[in-house]
Amino acid sequence: MTFLDGHDAIGKDFEDERQDLDGIEEVGALNVLKRGLKASPELKAGISLTALMALAVAGGKLLVPLTIKEVLDRGITTSGVNVNTVLFFSLIAMFLSIAGMALGKATYYRLAKTAENVLMGLRIRTFEHLHKLSIADHVQARKGAYTARVTSDVETLTQFAQWGAIAWIINSIQIFAVLVIMIVYSWHLSIVTLLVHAPLFPVLRWMQRRQLRAHDRVRSRVSDTLSVVSESIQGVDVVRSYGYRQKTRSKLHHAISDQYKEQMVAQKYFSFVLPITDIIGVAAIAAVVGAGVYWGPDWGVTSGELIAFVFLSNLLVMPISELGEVLNQTQTALAGWWKVLEVLDKEIEVKEPHQGLALPDSPLDIKVEELDFSYRTGGIVLDDVNIYIPAGTSVAVVGETGSGKTTFAKLLTRLADPTNGRILVNGQDLREIDSDHRHRTIRMVPQDGFLFDTSVIENVRFGRNDAQISEAEEAIDDLGLWPWIEQLPEGLETRVGERGESLSVGERQLVALARAQVADPGLLILDEATSAIDPETEQMLEVTLERLAQGRTTVSVAHRISTAERADLILVFDKGKIVEKGKHSDLVNLEGIYSKLYESWIGNTREV
Amino acid sequence: MSTDSESERTAIEAGEASNENGIVKRWFRLVFRSIKAHPLPHIIGISAGNLFSLVVVGFTIVLGRVTDEVIIPGLDGGGVEGRTILGGFFAIVIVGFIRGFSVMLRRFFNFTAVEKTKRTWRLGIIDNLLDAPRAHYWSRSTGELLARVDTDVETATSVLMPLAFSISVISLILVSLISLLIIHPLFFVVALLLFPALAVLQRFFVRAVEDPARKAQALIGEVSEIAHESLDGIMVVKTIGRQNQELDRLIKSSERLREERLRIGWQRSVFSPLLYHLPNFGILVLLMVGALLVDNGSATVGETVQAMALFMILTLPVQILGFMFQEMPRSVVAMDRIDEIFSIDKVEYRKDGEVEKPVDVIFNKVGFSYPNENDQQVRQTVLEDFSEKINEGESVALVGATGSGKSTLVMLMSGLIEPTSGNITLGNANVGELGPDFVSDHIASVFQETFLFASSLRENLTLDADVSDSDIYSALQVASAQDFVSELPQGIETIIGERGVTLSGGQRQRIAIARALLRKPSVLVLDDATSAVDPKVEAEILQNMKKETNCSLLVIAHRLATIRLAERVIFIDNGRVFASGSHDELLKIDDYANLVSAYEDVTT
Repeated sequence: MTFLDGHDAIGKDFEDERQDLDGIEEVGALNVLKRGLKASPELKAGISLTALMALAVAGGKLLVPLTIKEVLDRGITTSGVNVNTVLFFSLIAMFLSIAGMALGKATYYRLAKTAENVLMGLRIRTFEHLHKLSIADHVQARKGAYTARVTSDVETLTQFAQWGAIAWIINSIQIFAVLVIMIVYSWHLSIVTLLVHAPLFPVLRWMQRRQLRAHDRVRSRVSDTLSVVSESIQGVDVVRSYGYRQKTRSKLHHAISDQYKEQMVAQKYFSFVLPITDIIGVAAIAAVVGAGVYWGPDWGVTSGELIAFVFLSNLLVMPISELGEVLNQTQTALAGWWKVLEVLDKEIEVKEPHQGLALPDSPLDIKVEELDFSYRTGGIVLDDVNIYIPAGTSVAVVGETGSGKTTFAKLLTRLADPTNGRILVNGQDLREIDSDHRHRTIRMVPQDGFLFDTSVIENVRFGRNDAQISEAEEAIDDLGLWPWIEQLPEGLETRVGERGESLSVGERQLVALARAQVADPGLLILDEATSAIDPETEQMLEVTLERLAQGRTTVSVAHRISTAERADLILVFDKGKIVEKGKHSDLVNLEGIYSKLYESWIGNTREV
Repeated sequence: MSTDSESERTAIEAGEASNENGIVKRWFRLVFRSIKAHPLPHIIGISAGNLFSLVVVGFTIVLGRVTDEVIIPGLDGGGVEGRTILGGFFAIVIVGFIRGFSVMLRRFFNFTAVEKTKRTWRLGIIDNLLDAPRAHYWSRSTGELLARVDTDVETATSVLMPLAFSISVISLILVSLISLLIIHPLFFVVALLLFPALAVLQRFFVRAVEDPARKAQALIGEVSEIAHESLDGIMVVKTIGRQNQELDRLIKSSERLREERLRIGWQRSVFSPLLYHLPNFGILVLLMVGALLVDNGSATVGETVQAMALFMILTLPVQILGFMFQEMPRSVVAMDRIDEIFSIDKVEYRKDGEVEKPVDVIFNKVGFSYPNENDQQVRQTVLEDFSEKINEGESVALVGATGSGKSTLVMLMSGLIEPTSGNITLGNANVGELGPDFVSDHIASVFQETFLFASSLRENLTLDADVSDSDIYSALQVASAQDFVSELPQGIETIIGERGVTLSGGQRQRIAIARALLRKPSVLVLDDATSAVDPKVEAEILQNMKKETNCSLLVIAHRLATIRLAERVIFIDNGRVFASGSHDELLKIDDYANLVSAYEDVTT
């Protein structure tokens, strides 16, 4: 199930990406760059020096044609060879070449360092920002996508930084430098070179557009294949015991063949782009030689210049074709960057106070005034809720799915802020209370019982940030959980697995309750699990819950009859409003929503 | 955790593999298998690559001669005729075109060969998985199996990408050296000094980044793991106020990742200017040597230009070879993992068998155990000496604590897995020998974990079986699913799942039940198949079944109402039949009474 969720997210992410690749053309590379610069101050650090160094590195690449020109024009002439001149220029070039190597090293390392700092900063800031977003932004469907922002999107950028970004910087400077030298040698020949190269740009642009589209289609075919494969693996029992194997086989074969076909279309462009650049480059050389020899004497072109031009043309073709190769990578990287930046632009709705108020270590009372809540996308969840809960009361919140009862519980812990109205805890607005205090004194136990992938005892200890092992053990003791702990394979040190899935749902709840006990909160909010729990654990849970609730104000989102029956106060939610409140004995004969709910509960378990 | 250990394992394996001498041999085998499967594109690609080598050298010869016969006389001498210029122009253009064309051919056919190989291997993996024993799915996670089909195939074939180019590089180096030798032995000597130096440098670089690259790979896994866990459990992170600790955890791993990446960056910053400038150095040496040779008349300017052009071209291919060596260990390790799937023997079932009336299900001393995850020698027993008979038309409830072997029994009955001892017969036919395809005509099981395909409801219901629409609707009716299905935008044609409508847990379960009913089975098995269905609706479904069908029913349930509907209850404990009889009879047994009374309070 977990995996399926993850995979759904992957599938969605692919779609995201497809849309974003379209979007990125509208946004424009420059805008991404502008916003990216703002989000990453590390990028600007020492940027001018780096640029200067890169310029020098690109210049170093021109040493050879420059030397060839000087040697051919001054050292080797029709009147003979002047060995000293040749040696002079060659040795200077060699010396400069060594200097170029040293400078190249410094520049590459500088670029790499900047890139790594930027990426680390971006990753950390995005992660931090995501954690600050309200729980309303963390819907199940977006989980995979958010994780991808911090992982695969940043990795895509890393790969780009290691090759594409450096290629862009060095190559564009190199192209510029080559063109400058060409113009200095002979502006006539430069025009010839540019004229021959001119048709290349529209052709490349056309091909690259198609290449990008083709890659998009490949990506979606890949995701299709993965969906079908994972279906056939996860549904293996159904596939086999319903005689669905042959059909599944043909589905898989189709998916794999479709992916192959789309790959073949995409690779056509890959096969052609580079050779076309190469052919144009050669044509330019031929044109330069032809024109250079024919009109050379009139244009004042020397043989050294012409031969240097041949080598320079080569230095022009190489960066152009390399840029052609990195274009696809660039596009993907920009799209990834944009997605990360969009997360950073999401407004943080739950803002912590600068100097927050404290809460006492005793049971807390709650006053809810004119509380409204609706999601960013609209849809009213809570509508004018008013209630006073005295300290030490145990409250059961009941209602149908979608009645707003869970959201109500979430607002009490400030997982999101109300759209209107306010919640007073101990007479203070929840928004004014210091976050550390809030985390300790108001504690929610969510129903999914998520655990961290470590030992049982560590998970319990996470209940409070400064809790010692002994305190965690004490909490387990308080709740009477030792008998359960002892029958675990490695006792307290038992690893709980990813999300805690080595334990059963009920056992995870037990750990979550112990975790809450460590914090010793004055207000406890429980979201009871809806999924089936085996009866033995169920009984244990009930006892544990009772012990945990002692001496605290508790609000339970109830899915069990007994919870409601035992509560001091029952709040019945319907369509975002509290429609009934009171004790079980008051409500059960009211012939309202509660009595109906109770009937359907009881009718199907105790009497049939 | 899984991503972490996975990537770490890959890294370690790759590391071990690189120390092994057999790596080149294994690489050869991998390449050979691909060539054998798709010889034509490989051969064309490699031939085009060799054509490229010849043309590249040819191009430098043309350039040298154009220098001597067109450029020098044209600009430094007394000028040349227009015809000669035109000749030079076309010589360059033609050779250049052939060069470009050979690159196109090489890329296209090499790629075709790689893509065809990927397809062949993917299909092979899929076919093997579909026919592999069910137990093979237990020891591997879905993610792991997906990786075989996806990333492992990509990684294994990544050494095939530069194959044609690499082979042509070898011929290119040979032809170049010969042509340099022909021009002048001294040029040849310079080349002999330079190219091995380049190759050695490349090798050093690969070695130097091996360790940080491996560590970085593992750290990427670690960072992903932290991000995944932390965002997955965001609710808990927020409620217990662990944001800062989580952030610290990410920062620490990210910093370590940055350090490793910077180690790679440092190496790259040392090697890459060196690799670039070394040939330049060679060219400058050539220029000096060339000048001396021109001076004493043993070489021309054009020949010097030709030699220099050759040097310039030769730098890139050396790097390509380096890339292939770098990829080799990873690829052969991925190939080993693919071979592991290829080596699974498919399960063979008997082709014929008949189910005689009455269709009773008889468990005859059935035992089942599976190897322990940590210690393969130790086997964990799930069922032991389990004997029971479900008569045709009987309805039976299976009751037992978690882990008592109920679900295993369902899997055994469906023929998905075979008992380690004893056997199960279905109207005298042996289920284990005939396998799931045969059983599927008679027994329909609704498994604990509802599985629906991301396609239309119709497809999910029929699963390619030939059934009429009226059958579909009556099955939906019995499963109490007709109401919500008729409210769906396209009825039974509605696409569900990832790219369609999301159904609730209870709705999904009802679809799964309808799917089973549609098979009109002799035996219907419901393994906790109504856990998410509203108790009222559940009762309704069970009543409908009683009325509309006459098949045997085996039901595993946690609700008292459901248990009570069965004619007989089998109480299973620790893999054995503890007692069997009516619910009221069994209530006299304390363990049973305790268990079912605990079911009472559980509602949703």
